[in-house]
Amino acid sequence: MVDVAIQPNRANRTSATRKRASLRNALKRKSTSAFFMTLPLIVLVAVLVIYPAFYSLHLATLNKSMQRYVGFSNFTFLFTRETFWLVVKQSCIFAITAVIFKALIGFIVAHFVHNIPAKGQRKWRGMLLVPWVIPPAMSTLGWLWLFDPSYSAFNYTLSFFGIGPIPWTGDADWARFSVILVNVWYGMPFFMIMYLASLKSVPDQLYEAAAIDGANWWQRIWYVTLPMMRNIIAITTLFSLIVTFANFDIVRILTAGGPLDKTHLFATWAFKLGIESSDIPLGASVSLFMVPILAVAAIFILRDINKRGNEA
Amino acid sequence: MTSVTVIDKAAPTRKIKYGSISRDRAWALKWSYFFLVIFTFMSLVPPIYMLITSLKSSTEISAATNPWWVFHPTLENYSALLGSSQFLTFFRNSALVSIFVVIITMLISVPAAFALARMRFWGSATIATGIFLTYLIPDTLLFLPLFKMFATFSNWTGIELINHWYVLVIVYPTLTVPFCTWIMIGYFASIPKELDEAAIIDGASWFQTLTRIFIPVALPGLIAATIFAFTVSWAQFLYPMVFTTSTDQLVMPAGIITTLIKGDVFNWGQIMTGALLGAAPPLIIYAFLMDYYVAGLTAGATKG
Repeated sequence: MVDVAIQPNRANRTSATRKRASLRNALKRKSTSAFFMTLPLIVLVAVLVIYPAFYSLHLATLNKSMQRYVGFSNFTFLFTRETFWLVVKQSCIFAITAVIFKALIGFIVAHFVHNIPAKGQRKWRGMLLVPWVIPPAMSTLGWLWLFDPSYSAFNYTLSFFGIGPIPWTGDADWARFSVILVNVWYGMPFFMIMYLASLKSVPDQLYEAAAIDGANWWQRIWYVTLPMMRNIIAITTLFSLIVTFANFDIVRILTAGGPLDKTHLFATWAFKLGIESSDIPLGASVSLFMVPILAVAAIFILRDINKRGNEA
Repeated sequence: MTSVTVIDKAAPTRKIKYGSISRDRAWALKWSYFFLVIFTFMSLVPPIYMLITSLKSSTEISAATNPWWVFHPTLENYSALLGSSQFLTFFRNSALVSIFVVIITMLISVPAAFALARMRFWGSATIATGIFLTYLIPDTLLFLPLFKMFATFSNWTGIELINHWYVLVIVYPTLTVPFCTWIMIGYFASIPKELDEAAIIDGASWFQTLTRIFIPVALPGLIAATIFAFTVSWAQFLYPMVFTTSTDQLVMPAGIITTLIKGDVFNWGQIMTGALLGAAPPLIIYAFLMDYYVAGLTAGATKG
């Protein structure tokens, strides 16, 4: 009898210890602890990035006071407004022109830095990267002052060459030019640094072989440099396209969308509608129009990453 | 004899060849320097002009003399800004936000990067790619839903987040963590496997492997990630414009723009001084840690 009474008791104890041990084993297991180390990151991204991204889809279907579901009427309302089409056009012009010039000038400047003796490169690179280091909001204030209608330092200088006062931010076309100019000035160093890093990774033997085969400088760039840098060029261009398309700081400070909404981008117009006119659903609908280009860029980047993952 | 004549024959032609190559090089070098000077000049014109204006008094600015020269240099703009408690509040808020964001970013992204780079588990590859994709979602897409979310949150819990500087501490990690994790994965993956295998054999736990081996070895990457997190949170402009409005809660860039620009009266001397002071911390970090800064910049795209 005594034995029988003890027996289930013992069995209980062993199962309890086994359970505790299995929990400890699970914690010791690599994958479980790895999951817990990644958990804060997953929570952060899920709560503050993924959820708001989908929440904005929901917001875009509400009316201004956000109490009634209105379906797609925010979007149909946007399609009837002339400003919306101006914003679409200007966003595309702005992003594409700025990225092309950033990439071109960055490529050229990277070659100049690469050409000079290695000892002096650090100094030049350091000075050329300054526009990228200054917070864009702060440097744009400097540009705003350079463009000032009555005290413009540019117009002061140009007047010596007999060029009349230019309405840098007052005239629609000049304002478009100005915001692109500031964006190119700010973003070019990033391209320069990226291209410089990848120029350095091109083996010298390739250029020697090309020189022996009698290639001129243009053929060297076209048949050696560009193919070797193709990956970096693609990735930086896509990145920059996304960032430029979603730009806010420069346009907001330099023109605030003016004159007559001619320089608004999706971001600045969404800010104006959503925060300043407190019509959050309409602002969310506007910013959602950035998604298509983001999606296209993301697909290309993802393909590139997967390709590289397979090579490795 | 014959060998001597051969050398004599070869010598002049070779010399000419070398001469032409070095002349080519010298020519390319000269033009490279020429264009570098031009491009560097264009890069530095706005900051230099900001410095020039910040040293002028407002009377000198409105007198519209040569804008590129300071005739009566004065530090009155600097003393006015550094003596105003409002400006010092901006500076304090910015410093607090940036330091907290850097700490949070490191605490989240270093363990995550370690787990994703070394401890393969179910879905780890998908998470790594997903993190990279979240880096592509811009702040300009998220600010309105986040604004609404925080408003709803304060309705539910009574905790008022909007219009307090610490809301930025919650929001900024979304900008810094994905990129920092991504570049830390790159750095951790480049550490030879033998190192952590040796540590595990010696009886180290995964946590010890991270703190004793990975963090010291990947310290350059850690510094680069820290610099990135700091500069991003210092320079952010959209989120403070959206989430904070009262002057005692504003951070540097938003504060300078909303308080120093009053209506049509632009006190340009003070604005430029404020902008320079706002740009100073990233510039100082950059001046001292340029190589880490550049490493962080290039690591994101080349190591992925």
